[in-house]
Order: sequence, then structure tokens, then C-alpha cells
Amino acid sequence: MNSYDIVIVGGGPAGLAAAAAARDAGCEHILILERDSELGGILNQCIHNGFGLHTFKQELTGPEYAARFVEQVKARGIEYKLNTMVLDIAADRTVTAMNRSDGMMKISAKAVILAMGCRERPRGALNIPGFRPAGIFSAGTAQRLVNIEGYMPGKRVVILGSGDIGLIMARRMTLEGAKVLCVAELMPYSGGLKRNIVQCLNDYDIPLLLSHTVVDIKGKERVEGVTIAQVDAHNKPIPGTEKYYECDTLMLSTGLIPENELSRSAGIEINPVTSGPFVAEDFETSIPGIFACGNVLHVHDLVDYVSEEAGRAGQAAAAFVAGQLQCGSPDDLVHVIAKGGVRYTVPTTIDVERMPEKLIVRFRVSNVYKEHYINVYIGDTRIIHQKKRIMAPGEMEQAILRKAQMQEYKDIKKVIIAVEPE
Amino acid sequence: METKELTCIGCPMGCQITVEMENGSVVSVKGNSCKIGNNYARREVVSPMRIVTSSVAVLPHENATPEETGVYPRVSVKTASDVPKSKIMDVMDEIKRTYAAAPVRIGDVIIHNVAGTGVDVVATKDYFVN
Repeated sequence: MNSYDIVIVGGGPAGLAAAAAARDAGCEHILILERDSELGGILNQCIHNGFGLHTFKQELTGPEYAARFVEQVKARGIEYKLNTMVLDIAADRTVTAMNRSDGMMKISAKAVILAMGCRERPRGALNIPGFRPAGIFSAGTAQRLVNIEGYMPGKRVVILGSGDIGLIMARRMTLEGAKVLCVAELMPYSGGLKRNIVQCLNDYDIPLLLSHTVVDIKGKERVEGVTIAQVDAHNKPIPGTEKYYECDTLMLSTGLIPENELSRSAGIEINPVTSGPFVAEDFETSIPGIFACGNVLHVHDLVDYVSEEAGRAGQAAAAFVAGQLQCGSPDDLVHVIAKGGVRYTVPTTIDVERMPEKLIVRFRVSNVYKEHYINVYIGDTRIIHQKKRIMAPGEMEQAILRKAQMQEYKDIKKVIIAVEPE
Repeated sequence: METKELTCIGCPMGCQITVEMENGSVVSVKGNSCKIGNNYARREVVSPMRIVTSSVAVLPHENATPEETGVYPRVSVKTASDVPKSKIMDVMDEIKRTYAAAPVRIGDVIIHNVAGTGVDVVATKDYFVN
């Protein structure tokens, strides 16, 4: 059986950044396993610009951003296997994988980093009535067809869901000569960035229908049209508001779900809110020596944050391999509690002795909040009180906890993070 | 007096900005709640600019024709700097008619002076023939 210090599952932005950081932290034997035929992950099909403003202070396209991290991995001589599917991760950190040249292999790892990314929510999860004709695509699948494989999925398009991929694809299809009739969004606000609404929809006069959804799909062999209706405050279609759109293609941009089948079968505890593993402040999951980062942990808005978190996960995995990751007693862990408008936090536990001087806790809010505060409490004491002009579910928020401040409080069991009007 | 309505892209607030113009120059900017909105609106109403990104098919070598080689993989491209918004479709027309010859490296110029904009279209990905 082959053995490595660290095996990284996934060669996208998270896996690449984790690998480079682990090597820089002194870890020698690292292996990246990637199921696609090239490194870079989903960035390879995200050919639009706007990546890397935080990391590189310039606007790169997805492939350019990926190339910078691929270069880092290659420059460090880190091993990777392409076209390789990981089938199983055992709790003892034995990784089972296969590809055409090696066949089935078992690899033993001192530490494992999960970096499998996420998947799009499929039609089956949306309960739209109608047949199952050709012409229904998830926006990401359509993106791959157009940008990488060079096929046009259709000519007259309706998009359901206003996530960023849907908005980006509305522009992309228009540039390639298709007619995009509208983008329908169930919620009263868009899940996408303002910049994308302006530059992908408004620039091309594509209507955004908020509080609308698809209630019927017509067509048996191929999509012939869809019916869109307005919804009420409980997301129920309002009778009489139905409108029929003749189209050959329906694209779905209705959310991303971390891909954690391997994590679940390893016995890792999964947070039902994020669908990603619960992690401590060093990105360690509920199984010692198995770490998680990137979109498999929680879906990010910006890849810059993926790279930054993955770097910290890589450092922690290297420290674990070197035996430097001191584990305190579970009784000493501080739990991070999401309250009020905060849907979840990453991490969910903190070992105060182990935490860095400044720890970034990331979270998402459950609604659009204007002129609200991010409040952080230890017991009855408010330690952070930060006003935000706006917070929206589509964008990640953060609170920075300071070690010195945490150490002032003896026997703390929990830190509460809340979004409140004052 | 002419007025233009804009949505600011500076942050998630998405302020609705009204710009008053006279003879092509900005008279007033209203509705923004910070400096970013003011700057954005003044630039956007006078000369809106955009980066255009797309992908082109790659032929295995310089003398290959699309007919003799069939369908080849694609390499992603972008305009090296932003182009006038009104020129986007002209830029796309030229990109659609273009094939790149392998090998391609990030930053290689694929089209010089696309659609007369003075801006080059460059590759954003490496492509090598094994």
C-alpha cells in the first residue's frame, strides 16, 4: 500500500491552495487526487473575469486564477494524479481510489484534506411538474458545454434561479447568439452579486422576475415552453398570474450543495445547515487528521476566501502530520453559536489555546438586513459590535475573534454570533 | 436636460442612481449613498466599458483548417482591457469566426485590434498538443 503524509481529495482551488500551503509548512509527501483530466476544478469553465481581486489585487478570469495555483503546485513538485476517482475514505485515513493506469489502489495517509467542492441542485429536487424532455440543464452543465466543449444547449432560453452562475450564463448565451427571455427568481431578492445583475442582465435587457417561479414545463421530447407564475409571501404560486414563455431550453441556477458522500461514509459529522462537515478553528472535521476546505465545507461567494481558508487547512494538516497539533480536551472547546439572522458559522468550535492571534469566523445571513449590526457575545458581554449598511444571503460575512480577548474569559463554553437591529 | 437611471455595482446595496446630463456632460448625480456610487455613475453614463470573455476552438497546428481537422477543444479568451459596451457584439462576431493554432499559452494574442477597438483578444488558458 502506498503511503503519503497528506492525501488531498480534489484538485480545484481548495485542493491546490491546501497543497501549496502544506508543502510550505514543511510537509514532504503530498498527493492530490483529481477526477477530471486537468487541475483547476470548476474555475476552468468560469471563463468570465472578476476572480482574485482580494488575493492578487487584479481581475482575473477563472482559468487564469486556477493557473496561478497550478503553477505553485508544480513549482513545489507536488505529486498529483488526474482522471482518478476516490471511492472511499476510511476513518483510519485509508483512501481507496481508481484510474485507468493504476487500477484500484489503497493509499494510507497520515492526514486527509477533503476538497471535493460542490454540486448543483438538480431539477429532481425542485418539484416542477411536467415531463422529462431534453433541454433542461443546470446552469453549470450548460456553462461547461458552451465554454469548454463548444456546444450550444439551445436558442431560446428561460433561466430559473438568479444565482451567479445563472446570471453569468444569461450573458454568455446572449453573446453566443441565443435569446434569453427572462430570469425567474422565487425569492423577493436575487442570490447573485449586484455587479452580475447589472452587467449580465441589464446590459442585455434581460428581465429579472423576482418572486416568480416555473410552474409547468411543456414538451415531451424537447422543451417547448415553460409557464411562470408570481408567488406569494409563502412562495405559493398566485392563480391568475401565469404567463407562458415559448422556449427550447430551461436552465436551473437554484443553489449549490457541498458534495459529501465520501465524508458521510467515513463517518464525519455533517452540519445540516451547510451540508458540509462541522469543523474546528483549524478546519479539522469530527475525525482527527481529516480536514475540510473550500466548497465541500460551505459554499463560498468568492474564490479568494476558498484559497485563504484552504491555505490554513493545509498548514493545520502539516502540523498534524508533524505531531504539532495539540488536541485539548473536548470539554475545553468553545462552541460558536449562530443566532438571530446568522444561518451558520465556520468554524463551529474553537480551541482557544490553539487558535491564531486573529481568527476569521465566516457566516451567512438568512435574509436581507439593512442598517444592522454584527454582534458577538461571550456570556452577557458583547465583545464585537459592528454596523453593516447591508447584509444579504448571497454574500459571506465575517467576524474576527482575537485570541488575547478570548483568553481573558475563563471557562467560556460558547461564543454567540448574531445579526441584530442594534 | 436628459436623465439616466443606473444601479450601482459598488456593493450589495445596489443604490438606484439618477444622473442628470446636459450636452453629454454630467450635471448632477443623485440617489447614491457614497463616493463609489458617484464615481461609478459618472464613468458609466459617459463611456461604459466592459471586458469581453469567450472561448475559441483550437486547431492542432498553424496550417490546419477547421474542415480537415473536425472539432477541436477550446481555449478561453478575453479582451486584454475593457472595450466600449456598444462594441461587445462586434467583438463577439470576430471571436466566433476565429480559430487559435496550438500550442497556446496564457497571454498569447489571438486577435489583434479586435473590431477596431485597439484592444487585443488574448488567451486565458494554456493549450498544448501532447
